[in-house]
Amino acid sequence: MQGIIKLHTQNLDFFYGNFQALHQISIKFLQNKVTALIGPSGCGKSTYLRCLNRMNDLIPGIKVKGRAMLGTEDIYDPSIDVVSLRRRVGMVFQKPNPFPKSIFENIAYGLKVNGVKDRAKITAIVEKSLKQAAIWDEVKDRLNETALGLSGGQQQRLCIARALAVDPEVLLMDEPASALDPIATQKIEELIAELSPRLTIIIVTHNMQQAARVSDRTAFFYMGKLIELNDTDTLFTKPELKQTEDYITGRFG
Amino acid sequence: MSGHLQREIEKIKTNILSLGAMVEDRFQRAIYAVKTGDLALAQKIIDTDIEIDACEIEVEEECLKILALYQPVAMDLRFLVAVIKINNDLERIADYAANIAKRFKTSFKDPRKFKYDYTTMADQAAKMLRMSLDALVHLDVDMAYKVRDMDKQVNIMRNDAYGSMKKDIQLHPEMVNEIINMYLISRHLERIGDHTTNIAEEVIYLIEGEIIRHS
Repeated sequence: MQGIIKLHTQNLDFFYGNFQALHQISIKFLQNKVTALIGPSGCGKSTYLRCLNRMNDLIPGIKVKGRAMLGTEDIYDPSIDVVSLRRRVGMVFQKPNPFPKSIFENIAYGLKVNGVKDRAKITAIVEKSLKQAAIWDEVKDRLNETALGLSGGQQQRLCIARALAVDPEVLLMDEPASALDPIATQKIEELIAELSPRLTIIIVTHNMQQAARVSDRTAFFYMGKLIELNDTDTLFTKPELKQTEDYITGRFG
Repeated sequence: MSGHLQREIEKIKTNILSLGAMVEDRFQRAIYAVKTGDLALAQKIIDTDIEIDACEIEVEEECLKILALYQPVAMDLRFLVAVIKINNDLERIADYAANIAKRFKTSFKDPRKFKYDYTTMADQAAKMLRMSLDALVHLDVDMAYKVRDMDKQVNIMRNDAYGSMKKDIQLHPEMVNEIINMYLISRHLERIGDHTTNIAEEVIYLIEGEIIRHS
């Protein structure tokens, strides 16, 4: 698959203390494409995802080697502003984590942190973000109610809206639908399809059918190593490596 | 889940091979009936075609159930897709075996009994069917490619039969119905060759993941 490289890592190693969790990971993420990261628990896919916006920085004793680049900028350059990086590379987590504030404030918060003060502009962006996250119709009449009163699926879409509000270039999704029922899951998957033409999305999922449905390319991780990166259609119908075949067909793992 | 899926796939494998054996047997008996003039055997092949139809539906339903319940991928997915198509080809081959028996019955009624020797053509089609099923059992891609090549010879034999019987019609215009009826057997044999080629091509897809049907 061809395209503009939005983000890439080259020979990325990651250590939790003395334990090496990632080995020489080199992946090029194409702009406005969805890349799924799959693999058994503990294979390093979430660790890798969190390297891409330096979420792992919060863990003591970690060490990163190799390169991670957002466009032409080195993500691990000491001079980089991590808050700005996380605005450009947003993240949605497995468990919905809305702030204990109103629906409106959940979206407006990131804007205010980033210095937006114009109330009319904030209101417009809140509406746009909620619409982009396909939740506007469900919450437009109760924007001032607490976000904690929403269902799990609605909370997750609210979190996606919150991430979208600051206009990210890349969206990282760490098992965004694993805690949701099939209908809420379907909404998240449809949302990914709607967002992908204008956003680079990297999604970690344990659900291989989900990876097959939503992504353009899929990377298979095993024991901290990238085993195979391929077009999703190819990886799920005719993987190049036997190890990938054995994993996706459930013969090991 | 994997254990369940593998057990289901093994069951499908057994069923499709069993259907293959039944179809091969019916085709051989249809040819034998023509060769030996066994009208009762021909009638039996016609009457029992319904058994093959029932097996075909059973295999198809099993495949659909597995697709819905397990959403298989990679080799497992290719296997099920190949089986659904092979299943259909086998059912069609059984239909042609029944058609051959019908053509034989029609010509047997006529006292003038026009004859054409189909032994070589029938042997070639039967060999192709056996080899395509062997290729499926052993996942033998080389054998599958050989079947594909052999189909050309069957087509040539059908053309020979056409040329020969065209002359026969000119020589014996009063036997035109009889000769056309006999020619149709060559058409059925040629179609059996086509379906065995389809089976071989599905085996190639199953093993190599490439659709070579129109290449």
